[in-house]
Amino acid sequence: MELTPDTRVLFEFGFIRLNATIVNTWIVMALLVGVSWLVTRRLRPDAPPGRLRNALEVLVQMIEDQVHSVAQRSVRQVMYFAGTLFLFIATANLLGVVPGFRSPTGSLSTTLALTLAVLLAVPMFSISHSGLAHYLRNFTQPSLLLLPLNILGEFAKAVSLSIRLYGNVMSGAVIAAILLGIAPFFFPVVMELFGLLVGLIQAYIFAILATVYISSAMADPKAAAQLENAP
Amino acid sequence: MSELNLIAFISIITAGLTVAIGSFGAAMGEGRAAAAAMTAIAQQPDAAPVLSRTLFVSLAMIESSGIYCFVVALILIFANPFWDAVRPALGG
Repeated sequence: MELTPDTRVLFEFGFIRLNATIVNTWIVMALLVGVSWLVTRRLRPDAPPGRLRNALEVLVQMIEDQVHSVAQRSVRQVMYFAGTLFLFIATANLLGVVPGFRSPTGSLSTTLALTLAVLLAVPMFSISHSGLAHYLRNFTQPSLLLLPLNILGEFAKAVSLSIRLYGNVMSGAVIAAILLGIAPFFFPVVMELFGLLVGLIQAYIFAILATVYISSAMADPKAAAQLENAP
Repeated sequence: MSELNLIAFISIITAGLTVAIGSFGAAMGEGRAAAAAMTAIAQQPDAAPVLSRTLFVSLAMIESSGIYCFVVALILIFANPFWDAVRPALGG
């Protein structure tokens, strides 16, 4: 049984091997870029928005609202980052119901790469927003004794983020494959439907947790002062 | 009992135990979280959207500990590294 799409090699030229994870990632990327390009191709202020453009605007508005309500501040770069993560993971998970397509998020390589992007984004946003001193001070926050625990916590975040997404998507595919052998036809369809829900929720959680990590690292000095002054 | 049989025996029993104990803890936690959220929704029906959103996120986060156990069990059964290490030595 193949647990991950990594083991399915599609092309092989000499030392270059293309497995299903890479190809499926490209398919998801092409779909996202292609649809966005098609919809925003003719953006003019005088042209009335079409159906697809309205759908995209609703989606972007929803992402913006969610990020704003979680981060409690409107930093557009965080919205771009979390929204990209959400759209990519959601598209990859939802395409998993297409027969023959294995979600690239069902491979630990993809989820680890996404998590590394989050882990790099946290110090970048924090340093660019409130300075290097503030970011480094965060590590010694309750007391200097907790410095190793705080550093360990960063790695624990990465492990839990990546294995959560990988485990959920991979287990959905594997359970569907096992059920197909035991009780074919009806029950796997129900599990695939459940997998759609789980895939969307996992994409939402990944994006929300990234937002939470980033926004907790870039504490607003003004908001903190207001909190202290509040009765 | 040969070495291969011993590895298979221990792996299968451990996989079953892993899923059993792991899902028990996750199910307990999810049940408590859902019960608390329902109490809160019954007291404040106006806050139901926020509560259910938070409930979904926290349920998925609680569930991830159960999923970790499931991943370990799947690796033990389908991609056992010890099994793969011993099998070529036996010429199988």
